[in-house]
Amino acid sequence: MSVQREARPDEANTPTVEAEKAPLLSVNSIEVIYDHVILVLKGVSLTVGEGGIVALLGGNGAGKTTTLKAISNLLKAERGEVTKGTIVFDGEQVQDLTPNDLVRRGVIQVMEGRHCFEHLSVEENLLTGAFTRSDGAAEIRADLERVYAYFPRLKDRRDAQAGYTSGGEQQMTAIGRALMSRPRMMLLDEPSMGLAPQLVEEIFDIVRQLNDKEGVSILLAEQNTNMALKFANFGYILENGRVVLDGEASALRDNDDVKEFYLGIGGGERRSFREFKSYRRRKRWLS
Amino acid sequence: MQVLFDFLIGPFFQIFEAPIFFVEVVIGGMAAGIMYALVAIGFAVIFKASGIVNFAQGAMVLFAGLTLVGFLQMGAPLWLALIATVVVMVALAYAVERVVLGPLVNQPLIVLFMATIGLSFVIEGFGELAWGSDVHRLDVGLPRGSFFVGDIMIDRFHLVAAGSAGALVVAIVLFMQYTKFGRALRAVADDHQAALSVGIPLRMIWVITWSIAGVIALVAGVMWGTQAGIQFSLVLIAFKALPVLILGGFNSITGAIVAGLIIGVGETVFEVYWGQMMGGATENWFAYVVAMIFLFFRPQGLFGERIIERV
Repeated sequence: MSVQREARPDEANTPTVEAEKAPLLSVNSIEVIYDHVILVLKGVSLTVGEGGIVALLGGNGAGKTTTLKAISNLLKAERGEVTKGTIVFDGEQVQDLTPNDLVRRGVIQVMEGRHCFEHLSVEENLLTGAFTRSDGAAEIRADLERVYAYFPRLKDRRDAQAGYTSGGEQQMTAIGRALMSRPRMMLLDEPSMGLAPQLVEEIFDIVRQLNDKEGVSILLAEQNTNMALKFANFGYILENGRVVLDGEASALRDNDDVKEFYLGIGGGERRSFREFKSYRRRKRWLS
Repeated sequence: MQVLFDFLIGPFFQIFEAPIFFVEVVIGGMAAGIMYALVAIGFAVIFKASGIVNFAQGAMVLFAGLTLVGFLQMGAPLWLALIATVVVMVALAYAVERVVLGPLVNQPLIVLFMATIGLSFVIEGFGELAWGSDVHRLDVGLPRGSFFVGDIMIDRFHLVAAGSAGALVVAIVLFMQYTKFGRALRAVADDHQAALSVGIPLRMIWVITWSIAGVIALVAGVMWGTQAGIQFSLVLIAFKALPVLILGGFNSITGAIVAGLIIGVGETVFEVYWGQMMGGATENWFAYVVAMIFLFFRPQGLFGERIIERV
């Protein structure tokens, strides 16, 4: 538990020396309510620095997807609403903008479960990602080639109907499609879902390259804690709509509680159920 | 025995005895079918993009026809009247999105369907209020009369109708396949959420969709109006488009054309050769019976989009 407040997130994410620079994205104690009654997020705060890779971890229903959708503002389409708190991207409050505005400003979400346009070809899928751009066909064409350079597999399948491609290819299509909007920040929701470990590795590798070469900051929601902590440089753990733990990825990996509850490699004798419960309760007080 | 013979074999003797008459009947049926198809395409475009069965399509045909006649009566030249009517139809699309679809977004589809029923009456009433309730003759100078190919009589107007339906379909398909907005339209049809996530504004897409449906309604209005005058019974042709859609597949534009032809030819031939035995007026129900039988065997229609299921 000592990891919790040691490192300030923006310091951890910003590789540059000027550690006090404002983060690219900051989410400040937001509360999200669905359908006017269902409280899903109970005050979540997090920051992502320019060029950072931040992991958002937690089990089913912890609020990872809701957090991402609150940022990209896809919540409204599901009758969700940010009722408290603010979301600031690049110095501007963005919680009242439409998804279209956000994509134009460089924030794009790759949704859980891939969500390719099934009846469109792979290439058409990629081109829809450039919808908000108005810098001309030649530029878009060039970016298409860049996407194919990152995902050579998609080039071979460019004319195939996306609905008939494999799960891995669909995930690549979804990421490539987001890349076509020239994002500054990508919100990745469970890219590993339903994919073979080898493919997950391949996709994470490519995302790391995007971060490296294209300077895309990444906020990644994952259940695959092990993979995510290897890949990210900072992490937040969500439980029941609250952040219960945060810290540098390496520190989280070595944390006993994370090992026990999320990585499944806790050593020593098992704790009793009663202890476990009180532990959780204490955690909520802390956050 | 005699009844069976009359029903199953007799009509075919008639067909063989007078083949030229049969060809003319088929051509007449195809002409009727194209008219149905023109209305059905309007339905298909909206259904494809939003999953809404737009009950108001018939009212939009009437409204487009009335508006065109109104502008012509005000003394506008034809080209200006056509452009002005297109502008009015786009404005209507915008208003529908603002007033009806926007506020109802995320509601179950049945709610949107009910809303279009209401919309149908509002458009009809508004058209009556603005342009009066008389039957208007519409003459935009389309060629009338007929000519002979060999022994077969062909109506010039039918050729024009077929030609404009064909041109309309080609234009729609080119727009859908090769433009940025067409691609966005298909993307929205596939997956609303994903379209939203890549920054496609749904409201703008809906305005475009309804505008296209409005232009299709105008073409249908011109054709129907030339043939039968602009009158309020035009609203009812929307019902004839439903069996066409069931046969062709609700989201297929090609399907609407092919199914329109099948229904048109089918009901005309049936009426001419079998109608007497059934007591006449078979045109009123033939299409619905065909659609019903079709639902048993191929509910997604002839050209309906197949549901992709990977194994």
